[in-house]
Amino acid sequence: MSTATRPIDAFLEQEYTAGFVTEMESDTVPKGLSEDIIRMISARKNEPEFMLEWRLAAYRRWLTMRPPTWAHLRFDPIDFQDIVYYSAPKSKKDGPQSLDEVDPELLRTFDKLGVPLHERARLAGVAVDAVFDSVSVATTFKKELGEHGIIFCAFSEAVHNHPELVRKYLGTVVPPGDNYYAALNSAVFSDGSFVFVPKGVKCPMELSTYFRINARDTGQFERTLIIAEEGASVSYLEGCTAPMRDENQLHAAVVELIALDDAKIKYSTVQNWYPGDKDGIGGIYNFVTKRGDCRGARSHISWTQVETGSAITWKYPSVILRGDDSVGDFHSVALSNHRQQADTGTKMIHMGRNTKSTILSKGISAGRGSNTFRGLVKVTPRAEGARNYTQCDSLLIGDRCAAHTFPTIEVRHPSARVEHEATTSRIGEDQLFYAMQRGISAEDAVSMIVNGFCREVFKELPMEFAVEAQKLLGVSLEGSVG
Amino acid sequence: MSALDLWRERHRALAPQLPGAGLPWLARLRARALERFADEGWPTSRQEDWRHTSLAFLEQSELVAANAGDAAAAVERLRAASPDGHWLVFVGDRFAPALSAIGALPAGVTLMPLADALATEADTVEAAFGRAEDGDSPQALNAAFFTDGALLRLTRGVALEAPVHLVFLPGGEAHGRHLRNLIVADAGAAATVVEHYLPGADGSTLTTAITRIEAGPDARIDHLKLQEEAEGAIHLAGIEARQARGARFASHSLSFGAKLARNDIRTRFDGEGCEALLNGLYHVDGRRHVDHHTLIEHASPRGTSHEFYRGLLDGAGRGVFRGRIIVAQDAQRSDAMQRCDNLLLSRQAEADARPELEIYADDVKCAHGATVGQLDEDSLFYLRARGLDEPHARQLLTYAFAAEALARIGLEPLRARARSALLARLPGGELLEALA
Amino acid sequence: MIKIHNLHATVDGKAILNGLDLEVADGEVHAIMGPNGSGKSTLAQVLAGRETFEVTEGSVDWDGTDLLALPAEERARAGLFLAFQYPVEIPGVSNAYFLKAAVNAIRRHRGLPEYDAMDFLARVKTEMKAVDMKEEFLYRSVNEGFSGGEKKRNEVLQMALLEPKLAVLDETDSGLDIDALKVVAEGVNRLRSPERSMIVITHYQRLLDYIVPDKVHVLSQGRIVRSGGRELALELEEHGYGWIETQPAAPAAQGGRP
Repeated sequence: MSTATRPIDAFLEQEYTAGFVTEMESDTVPKGLSEDIIRMISARKNEPEFMLEWRLAAYRRWLTMRPPTWAHLRFDPIDFQDIVYYSAPKSKKDGPQSLDEVDPELLRTFDKLGVPLHERARLAGVAVDAVFDSVSVATTFKKELGEHGIIFCAFSEAVHNHPELVRKYLGTVVPPGDNYYAALNSAVFSDGSFVFVPKGVKCPMELSTYFRINARDTGQFERTLIIAEEGASVSYLEGCTAPMRDENQLHAAVVELIALDDAKIKYSTVQNWYPGDKDGIGGIYNFVTKRGDCRGARSHISWTQVETGSAITWKYPSVILRGDDSVGDFHSVALSNHRQQADTGTKMIHMGRNTKSTILSKGISAGRGSNTFRGLVKVTPRAEGARNYTQCDSLLIGDRCAAHTFPTIEVRHPSARVEHEATTSRIGEDQLFYAMQRGISAEDAVSMIVNGFCREVFKELPMEFAVEAQKLLGVSLEGSVG
Repeated sequence: MSALDLWRERHRALAPQLPGAGLPWLARLRARALERFADEGWPTSRQEDWRHTSLAFLEQSELVAANAGDAAAAVERLRAASPDGHWLVFVGDRFAPALSAIGALPAGVTLMPLADALATEADTVEAAFGRAEDGDSPQALNAAFFTDGALLRLTRGVALEAPVHLVFLPGGEAHGRHLRNLIVADAGAAATVVEHYLPGADGSTLTTAITRIEAGPDARIDHLKLQEEAEGAIHLAGIEARQARGARFASHSLSFGAKLARNDIRTRFDGEGCEALLNGLYHVDGRRHVDHHTLIEHASPRGTSHEFYRGLLDGAGRGVFRGRIIVAQDAQRSDAMQRCDNLLLSRQAEADARPELEIYADDVKCAHGATVGQLDEDSLFYLRARGLDEPHARQLLTYAFAAEALARIGLEPLRARARSALLARLPGGELLEALA
Repeated sequence: MIKIHNLHATVDGKAILNGLDLEVADGEVHAIMGPNGSGKSTLAQVLAGRETFEVTEGSVDWDGTDLLALPAEERARAGLFLAFQYPVEIPGVSNAYFLKAAVNAIRRHRGLPEYDAMDFLARVKTEMKAVDMKEEFLYRSVNEGFSGGEKKRNEVLQMALLEPKLAVLDETDSGLDIDALKVVAEGVNRLRSPERSMIVITHYQRLLDYIVPDKVHVLSQGRIVRSGGRELALELEEHGYGWIETQPAAPAAQGGRP
């Protein structure tokens, strides 16, 4: 099928542009994991006693656990003693610092990644928390947000400045023993973002965190906690990249979202960790636990993810629909090219009355990539009037890739309506020829079809991210006419 | 003594009397299967394939022999409604010659009780029997203890016009009944086989029933299973087909009875251009539980599979469906479609559905869908606006939902039999009988 | 002027076109008729550049350019339009986006300024009225869920927008009722001009009642076995394709209108 493969190959052979390394002196703890290392990390961060205790309890729990094996992923066992659990750029002083104190080399790194932090070039209407290896190096627009009572800061800063909020909410959505990687994260997490939007406040700008792994042999274990009080709303985005290296690096994050009555949290991710080369050498192992708790009535949590990077993705952003009339959404595009493996999906747990959830998943498999959608829709015995609609589509490019769909539906209430639809298709030679006969180049035709396939998900992303996501997939923005 | 030791004990006592006891290959196979069962024990919810259907309780339960009641009358009723065919009736764990009527068979057709076949057709049985390692542990238990069942063998190009009716009544079996049916169709042969499990007069039993089907090139096998066991019965069954190039296989699984019924239905396309239809309908009420696990392996190119399962879940009943479709690498031009729809009819009914696609080829057309829901309010209103009272309208729509599955059954007498079995279960069934 | 000389084409090693000769002058409309399997659709696809077919012999000269040397999209940009017998569905890609991408690709090639969204919409809406298409079709995915008639109208709409020099209509009449056929034929007739030539491929003469050709050719076993004026189509209608085989092969008729 020569017409079909030529443009598709060109489309798939795009370079990873974020693969550079920043030369930096860093403060790094020795390799390996033990109670001493955890005490060291906690001491480096000058944490209050309750945090250290929390970490140690999680670590002891982790020691009794085994890595999950149910996912459709193949990789050699991870040596947890061969990982550096804390690495921070040397220039970082204790406690928060202002932007002019940030090492210019770091500012240049984030500039290069398209995330300018300095005053003049800041992204309009987007506040950024920049996390470099194990620490947050800068957070923009803090003052402006503070005027609205919104807290947006590094997690370690929140532990110092808002310990009562951290104590109240940390681990209430993803308990430390939730799963193997969540327990690991709870023991060693170093930084991440903390967001608190008080009662009745609509956050006036997009909040975002940019995660960068830089140091060799280092894992990134960030923890993000977002709380939207009654009637509050916030849109949060995260992006991530890492240098190209031959070794695999581990990223094990935990994200917890809490929405009280009438609150709305929109969480978007463009994940572009280094995927490894075309033979599957190197790349990030991305084992992430993300969960939202619609704790209040009429609350709404929405996950949108575009997953193009990582050698391995193991990630199931979920929503617990506890409040009556609460709503949960999951929109996902996952691309697995070359030897990438993604096992991703969501859980929607309906508990309150008249809860609704929507799942929209678009998986693209190419090369020898493997893409698995795994989902659970659970309607508990008291979840009267629960509704779920799931649409789950796979696009196959090449005859050595794999696409799997593993949804589970468990219904315990007779008033529930749960619908699941899934399709599998490929880019057809006839579709390409049709477009070419109308004068459209084959490359553009492939882009157009992939873009069309993902369109419903891209629609859910904030504008700045939609552009980046489409660039990542090598597709041009669809015209406003469309 | 643990339940597993008990099975070992029973096997020691029974082994010399089990059919085929003089065949070394079978003795070895039975011994291996028994060891396997003793090792693995009954499946529990810790196993992924048994997540929703644990059999751990069987460790504790006592098996009580059932009473067949008036078996002759029951068989007579069936035969009156489907006059054609070749009838093999089994009571308890043995063939009942007096109730059976195999009738005249065309040349090239072998049809006989499996216990007899072990004496006269041992090679055919050995080739088709399967291994001690096949399936989950209940299948191993079946291999260790099976006493009877049917062998149907069709040589090249032979089409058996009238259906083969295998009727199973419980009665007198001490340790449950363990049945195995073997169907072997050579190139171009064709047959329709019905397995019908009837309730006895009282008592309930444990049944394991394994049916193995080999469809040669361009052969056609239509298999219909109607399970109407008694309230307390445990029914564990497997239907396993292999299809050679161009073979067609249809499975209709209608599960209406038993306290717990589990059906593992699988087929594999070993050659190009195979077709499979997996059609299923289940109904549970009370505290009954039904579980279908299906697997279609598109192991060769240009295969087509269509799968439709429908569930009616009433009372505090629970319906489980897990359907896997695997499209192997290089099984290009595969076309697989799967649907599972469930109707929840009461407050306590439960439904679990897991439609799964595993695809390793790119030039494929695959889709699946699953729903869990209620009767459509608009349709109910429409019927009421035409003067039907609400209960009747509900009954009618419930029947209509199930009727789609019945409509896929090709032969009218079999469809009619399935329909009356269903209507006997539905409230207001007599009323609906007139409409059907 | 397009000159097809001794064209041979195969698919999967099977010969479909076996030395086909055809010349269509600017402004002319030629009809190609033939039974199923005679190679009509293959001719259309080979002219448009489908790589499933292999050209094993022969040449196609189009105003001095070697047509066969160009990839499909360049033929399209140079002004060759194929109205597909079975227009392809492209889920997720809106018709409006697709049309605009195509029109601008061709305008770029011709050195014309690209349309912006407003100009394009104005233009496309006018053309849609002419083929009696509702505006909602702009916002639906390309051909997805369109009826047979709607797909064919969409083809004629694209032809109008892309303003080709040579249009090849592959069984544009198939699957159309008489009213839809009239709308499509009117759309085609509106586009007839002295600069534009057309090759109309059809199985039935019915279409030629509405699109009156300058010449009619009969294709059989991958070659043109008879050529004539309009009356040839009527004769075929009366006697059926079997009649051709029983007739002595006549040299391709040269010349003018009937």
